[in-house]
Amino acid sequence: MQRNKKAVIEVRNLSARFGDNIVFEDVSFDVYQGEVLVIVGESGCGKSTLLRIMIGLVKPYAGQVFYEGTEITSASESLLNEYYRNIGVLFQAGALFSSMTIGENIELPLQAHTDLEADKINRIIKMKLGMVNLEGYDNHYPAELSGGMRKRAGIARAMALDPRVLFFDELSAGLDPVTAVELDELIIKTNEALGTTMVIVTHELESIYKIAHRVLMLDKQAAGIIAEGTPAELKKRTGDRRVASFFLRQSPSIPADERSYGDK
Amino acid sequence: MASWTSEQGSPECSISFRQEGARLFAHLDGEFSLKNLNQFTDQIQKRIETSRPDVVIFDFAGVNYLDSAAALAFLTFRADLAADNILFEEINLSDDAKGIFSVIREEALAKPALAPDAGQGGFIQQIGQASMTVARDFIHFVTFLGGIITAFVYTLRHPTSLRGKDLLFYVKRAGVDGLPIVGLIGLLMGLIMAFMAYLQFKQFGANIYVPSLVSFAMVKELGPLMTAILVAGRSGSAYAAEIGTMVVNEEVDALQTMGFDPVRFLVVPKVLATVIVVPILTIYADLFGIIGGMIIGITSLDLTFNTYVTQSIKAISAFDVVTSLIKAAVFAGLVSAVGCQRGFMVRAGAQDVGKFTTSAVVSAIFMIVVADSIFAIMLYYVRRYETFT
Repeated sequence: MQRNKKAVIEVRNLSARFGDNIVFEDVSFDVYQGEVLVIVGESGCGKSTLLRIMIGLVKPYAGQVFYEGTEITSASESLLNEYYRNIGVLFQAGALFSSMTIGENIELPLQAHTDLEADKINRIIKMKLGMVNLEGYDNHYPAELSGGMRKRAGIARAMALDPRVLFFDELSAGLDPVTAVELDELIIKTNEALGTTMVIVTHELESIYKIAHRVLMLDKQAAGIIAEGTPAELKKRTGDRRVASFFLRQSPSIPADERSYGDK
Repeated sequence: MASWTSEQGSPECSISFRQEGARLFAHLDGEFSLKNLNQFTDQIQKRIETSRPDVVIFDFAGVNYLDSAAALAFLTFRADLAADNILFEEINLSDDAKGIFSVIREEALAKPALAPDAGQGGFIQQIGQASMTVARDFIHFVTFLGGIITAFVYTLRHPTSLRGKDLLFYVKRAGVDGLPIVGLIGLLMGLIMAFMAYLQFKQFGANIYVPSLVSFAMVKELGPLMTAILVAGRSGSAYAAEIGTMVVNEEVDALQTMGFDPVRFLVVPKVLATVIVVPILTIYADLFGIIGGMIIGITSLDLTFNTYVTQSIKAISAFDVVTSLIKAAVFAGLVSAVGCQRGFMVRAGAQDVGKFTTSAVVSAIFMIVVADSIFAIMLYYVRRYETFT
């Protein structure tokens, strides 16, 4: 995949507040076409708020977000709906509609935004389910699936309209390590095969090393971005205590000095 | 050995004291934990009070178990003794015990609880806050009603955007599933009313007016009112809980990011189904009320079926039936709208869902009664206008 550093999403001087509490201030960055951008930071630093502003669910206190040059922070409802046809979002727990089957969940955006015939929609649903390795689960209800499967079904739904940009909130929240690894592989596969741009909020250092092209680190005290770069670059930045404390917090390989029981 | 069952009594611990001049040695032995906390603290306290030493030395050599509560008790001794100018020393602390002492942070003990964000404030402040909440609630509801009307207009112009499956589902839920209870309550109300009226009317020999009273009251007031209250309890609460849970699970956000208007998608089918169904349920309740009255009428009042029916019909006009159905539809709109609105007010957590579900029912019943009063006044003037013209 040719990556030509074209900015798909531009975030400019964004500030967010909850009442009088400043969440972050003056945050600016670009999301380039085809890249996997991971946003990290301690809890409460505003990662999710930033994501929600980028997908137009929350209005910022100040600043703008542009998608392909069009501002979406002050967009009208119809323009925002146009934007939603170009992006997909995976929420923390998948956010599948519990009263609908997995198939119907994926069908929903297709029905609303396209005028395809039922059998074409059906084939698309089957293809999407196949992409996330959930083939055959068309008629299952979300409650009948495990957490990881629900998350994959959520990805299938988020990808239903072949979005240009996929957003993931707390990618590996509540998943066991094996499922998290599967999810990482799915993300890499999707990114490489379809060239989908991805913005991911996660804590898992191991997945960050695997999936991220670039990492943004938000900080609560600084109320903004304190570091930006590839995972390897950030890991080397041992001078900054806050960056180091995150990136050296856990090493992807098993640490040399394992805890052992008994010889305290 | 740490004992862990209550039958085994308090864990074993012993303290032997030895006094050397102004120095008091306390040799600790056995287990010191939350389970025997009072026992050993009392013992130490008493000894210190009686012997008034200058220095107390605790020897931890014989301690085989120490938990954080016991460690805290020893730290408290140190602070208390310092206040009385008595020195505190601990010796022979094992590494384990040192570890336990190290997790107790003095600054955490001294830290006062932070004031929660929303301060309770004084009485006047609370009244003010409550009034503001009511005002904000009202504005929110009116805005929401506006949103529903906009969504309805959109749905009228784009009928295909309405999900027929959803509409039918809620028609079944609010309507068909509600038939048994609405019928039963209607029947019992008719029965009770007829019986009460009979007890009073028989004194004047006015039994013939019992059917009129029952049908008049059922059709004009009690039918719509009671049906709406039942629907508020059955469906209004369900709408609030359903939407509230969807908010918690971020399903509402997901809808929005898929380009759906949550009001159009979630509220319109519910409100429309309720508005369709409640007038029908009202007719059903009215009929059962009249049947209930008829049971008393035929068994106790010696009225024939025909007289009962004629008397019942005489008491009501077509105007009454139509206004009663309009009333039922308005009640249905209010009940379902407030149910959905309360659902959207949920922010996070199971507690919020419960809170707003309750609020949905209470507010719905309140609004039904207010709307009914407004209808009573309006209909009074409509009737007066009719008699003049």
